[in-house]
Amino acid sequence: MTAAALAKNRYAPAALGVISILVSIGVIETFIRIGLINRFIVPMPSDIIAAFPRVIVEEHVLQRFLLTAGEAFSACILVTIFGVAGGVLLHRYHLLRLATETWVAAIAAAPLVLMYPLYLVIFGRSAVTIVMMGFTAGLAPIILKTLEGLSGTRRVLIDVGKSFNLTRSQQFWKILFPAALPTIFVGLRLGLIFALINIVGIEFLINFGGLGQLINELAERYDLPGTYAAICFVILVSICVFIIMERLERWLRPAD
Amino acid sequence: MAATGRLSLPAARPFRVRLGPVISVRIMIIIAVLAGWEALAASGLLYRDVVPSLVAIGGALFTTLRDPTFYFHLGTTAYEIGIAILIGGLSGLAVGIALGGSRFLSRAYEAYLYYLGPCPKIIFFPIMIMWFGVGPGSKVAMGAISCFFPVALNAAGGMREIDKVLIRVGRSFRANTWQMVSKIYLPAMRHPVINGVRLGLGVALIGTLLAETKLSNRGIGFLVIQAYSIFNMPQMYALLIILFVISIGANSLIGRIGGLESIKRS
Repeated sequence: MTAAALAKNRYAPAALGVISILVSIGVIETFIRIGLINRFIVPMPSDIIAAFPRVIVEEHVLQRFLLTAGEAFSACILVTIFGVAGGVLLHRYHLLRLATETWVAAIAAAPLVLMYPLYLVIFGRSAVTIVMMGFTAGLAPIILKTLEGLSGTRRVLIDVGKSFNLTRSQQFWKILFPAALPTIFVGLRLGLIFALINIVGIEFLINFGGLGQLINELAERYDLPGTYAAICFVILVSICVFIIMERLERWLRPAD
Repeated sequence: MAATGRLSLPAARPFRVRLGPVISVRIMIIIAVLAGWEALAASGLLYRDVVPSLVAIGGALFTTLRDPTFYFHLGTTAYEIGIAILIGGLSGLAVGIALGGSRFLSRAYEAYLYYLGPCPKIIFFPIMIMWFGVGPGSKVAMGAISCFFPVALNAAGGMREIDKVLIRVGRSFRANTWQMVSKIYLPAMRHPVINGVRLGLGVALIGTLLAETKLSNRGIGFLVIQAYSIFNMPQMYALLIILFVISIGANSLIGRIGGLESIKRS
């Protein structure tokens, strides 16, 4: 097969991606076996794969996953309620929006996760700290995207609502909110991803909770294959969650 | 003789500063927040010193900014973040140009970057400690990994948006790879790359500082966690304020240098 034909092949790029990963794993395995890479720093990929069942069974991965999922769910509920409400509030009161929109954008760009020692003091070393950290990280993007969605409602739709003499509440629920939903979903996805990243990160940092704590514990025990396996597991879970969120967003988004 | 009349001055108006409504609302919000904070500090509703008074925080801010050791720690963190951005940014740029320049490579590898990008990078810290030790090396590595993904993804996107005419012009002049990159690609994709660096700076800062809070004996992250461990809350607030000001300032500075503000306005 020529290079041009290979480039046009639908499955060739995906196959190249998978083959490259497998070859890299094989090369690392070989280098460790022949002593080019220190096996006390990088465990053999075969050992990591073998550690998966042990980590899943002995370290109660399912319970840990459910704990992290519970924290993420609580944070999601909070950011959705307060984020969307905040966006609606700023849209409703124009002066307030002019005064605070740049502040909210600045907060979205600030490294809020560094406040975790402060949250530890306020809420203690508990799930509340983790949930509140997730909430704090995910709030600003949802506020901004809700505001953007509501402000981007087409003028003609608003005029149609006015011509029907809709009340303010009807105007919001029948016109503004449905029109803003696609953008609000984008904000929700962003906010939920930020929340999830922070939740796992804080679990790792404060050694409390579910999957993040698992990595920390295994690293402190110097269980290298277990640590690598747990990291791979968290990455796989994160990727699955991102894919599900993306699909959900597409599914929920009304046709443009 | 010329008459010396009295110098007549216009009727004195009372001095009045006219504030726009937006500024007025901002000032009112700030006053309300500060008053609420002070009331909460005085109320004793929370544990003692969890919400210190504004005077204590201001004092800690002043003391911290006057302390020479603070600048040593700030320099350490700045050095780590600078090296991290250099490594992560340049490698991200190279990968982004390669992926954006080839549809085949993009379809082969970009999905991995896209999905690995949002994963929590701090979980790689145990590996980085094993690879690079407990010193600044592991913090630089954390920052570099964090910075790599946004720069690579933005550069790949920017590369795809370059006007094909510009690329054909470069090729017709028989420009070599380096000339293509420096004369055509980089100037044409300046805005997405700067945007990527801006995002990369934010996440590199987070990655480096979180690593410092986890395991370090220098840097601003270390100071924050030290303030937590000795329950010096005013200093912790002061450090967080300084960090937020620096990060928001650096973010906005990169945006201005890259002309992102003018894009937004247009």
